[in-house]
Amino acid sequence: MEWFTTFPTMDNERLTALKKAIDEGFRNFTRAYGESFEIAFEPLKIFMIWVERLMTTTPWPIILVGILAIAWLASRSLKIVVGAALALFAIGYFGMWDDTMKTIAMIVVATLTALVIGIPLGVVMSFSKRMRSVVMPILDVMQTMPSFVYLIPVVMLLGIGKVPGLIAVVIYALPPVIRLTDLGIRLVDRDVIEAADAYGSSRWQRLANVQLPLALPTIMAGVNQTIMMALSMVVVASMIGVQGLGQPVLKAIANQYFTLGVFNGFAIVGIAIIFDRVSQEFGRRLQKHREIVHGH
Amino acid sequence: MGTRIDGIKLRHVYKIFGSEPAAYVERVKAGMTKTELLAHNHVLGLRDISMDIPGGAIQVVMGLSGSGKSTLIRHINRLIEPTAGEVLVDDVAVVKMTPTELREFRRTRTAMVFQKFGLLPHWTVLDNTMFGLKVRGTAPAERRDTAMRWIERVGLKGFEEKYPNQLSGGMQQRVGLARALANDAPILLMDEAFSALDPLIRVDMQTVLLDLQTEIRKTIVFITHDLDEALRLGDHIAILRDGALVQKGTAQDIVMTPADDYVASFVKEVNRGRVILVESVMTAIGAGLVASDSLPRVAAKDPIELASKVMSDAGAGQAVACCEAGRPVGMVTMRDVINTMTTPAAYPSIARLAAAEPIADVA
Ligand SMILES: Nc1ncnc2c1ncn2[C@@H]1O[C@H](COP(=O)(O)OP(=O)(O)OP(=O)(O)O)[C@@H](O)[C@H]1O
Ligand SMILES: [Mg+2]
Repeated sequence: MEWFTTFPTMDNERLTALKKAIDEGFRNFTRAYGESFEIAFEPLKIFMIWVERLMTTTPWPIILVGILAIAWLASRSLKIVVGAALALFAIGYFGMWDDTMKTIAMIVVATLTALVIGIPLGVVMSFSKRMRSVVMPILDVMQTMPSFVYLIPVVMLLGIGKVPGLIAVVIYALPPVIRLTDLGIRLVDRDVIEAADAYGSSRWQRLANVQLPLALPTIMAGVNQTIMMALSMVVVASMIGVQGLGQPVLKAIANQYFTLGVFNGFAIVGIAIIFDRVSQEFGRRLQKHREIVHGH
Repeated sequence: MGTRIDGIKLRHVYKIFGSEPAAYVERVKAGMTKTELLAHNHVLGLRDISMDIPGGAIQVVMGLSGSGKSTLIRHINRLIEPTAGEVLVDDVAVVKMTPTELREFRRTRTAMVFQKFGLLPHWTVLDNTMFGLKVRGTAPAERRDTAMRWIERVGLKGFEEKYPNQLSGGMQQRVGLARALANDAPILLMDEAFSALDPLIRVDMQTVLLDLQTEIRKTIVFITHDLDEALRLGDHIAILRDGALVQKGTAQDIVMTPADDYVASFVKEVNRGRVILVESVMTAIGAGLVASDSLPRVAAKDPIELASKVMSDAGAGQAVACCEAGRPVGMVTMRDVINTMTTPAAYPSIARLAAAEPIADVA
């Protein structure tokens, strides 16, 4: 009756052997291909460094004006622009400007990378049921797997630094934009698609003229979520060498610096709110212009 | 682009909606009804439709809601694939076209107006009207000129830069119409194309269509619920019921000899005087009979409403139907005309009154 009280397990020796074999396999893989991966990600690294340098070496008034201008162009809301200005002033005044710029650089690059990968993937998914049945479970795993777990293979493969951190952030932030691109395209009014087909649109014409523009508000919601998820990874990513607001927080945890932690936490909240409001308002403006109101 | 086509032929077209349509075709062919099929979670869209639409004609399709009109019209440009049967345009099987051929066919040979408009909400009226031309790859300047001409013709000049959701339903429908006409395709598929228009604009648009037909004879398939519209536009009328074709013929055929009660109830309200022609109620003149010169004259192809007007103006009880090679072809009486014009079934109360109640003297 022993099997009834304790779960029957693989015997210890074999289990250890199995784990060892997998570890060994992956280590061999990283030894063999780690370098090629690094080379493959080199352009991303160059881009990342370029953006970061741009954000940190440009004089603060120019950056401030630039951010506020983007916020205004996207949202056309004075309230949001004033709010953003106040938040950025506070961040700068409390001495967190440089770290904030590094974090913003990381978020921008991570988000752009996620969009470049995610939107085409979402489009392909919306076209094919089979593709969706393959990608959906992968997305579920990506979203529910504790982020620390996939730091391990990333670090083994690429070591510690900007790029591995960025990749971890991208993996974590990718699912919403894929999901919502797919959803947005599938939700496009069938009647409009039918009209596009009836006039002989090719698949590409249908996508460019009808599906993507009409899915845009939904895709924007995905972009918004992706930005938010990337921001929520700031602290975790700082564990593997991403600079920015995450590192002071880590330090605060280790040394119990209450104020340092809270200040940097609020700085993250501040830029999260700016990103969120601006991108949401942008999405809403797209929708307003394009919503379908047949007839009356 | 406006080259004529020889005609559209449908051959034993069946359409069943559902997860496994092919499995039910044989049973439907053997006589399974729409209701029986519904019990198997499949919907019968079309049942054994065969019809010839001659090139250059306006074919009207009528039928109650859900009778399969939209399904039928979508088979012509293969927006819907038939479960069985063939669709031939100029004897080319539409169903067998490759994707490239089908695209080319849709771009250059057909244009469609949709019941639900199908406008691109993020494009202006002008851009929407140019849609077909853009897809086809017409030069931008030419696109614009053509689109502007049609926008003006459907009465939307001044609204070019508006978005569809800034227009009324009837205006949106006219954008759909302009988009189709700008394509200048030989086949026009019009699914309740005028349903959202007010009566005045509706007649206006019917005139646009009829004018167009005298210039370039397109082959038009026109779905409508409005019998008067059908009669005004249609050389040929087909009536659908539960996905099956119950009658096809000229307007006159359908009004004079409805195939069954369903068709009869359809044509009950029509103004018969305008549909039925003198030739179908006159008595042909035999060799010996010579028509009197004093009688009023009507043409054999005149509607009987006109004949009754001519007779009553002349104070005559009959008229001479004129003329073939200078000879009268028949005689028509007021009595025949009125009998044909009124459908007795529509006024049972008149018959009762005359029979039952003696008329009291007026004091
Ligand atoms: N995609 C579809 N899936 C399932 N059933 C469908 C589909 N399209 C049409 N049908 C069914 O086919 C039948 C015919 O529909 P259709 O739209 O052709 O009718 P209609 O004559 O155009 O009606 P209306 O006058 O209301 O436009 C209906 O019973 C409808 O439920
Ligand atoms: Mg319909």
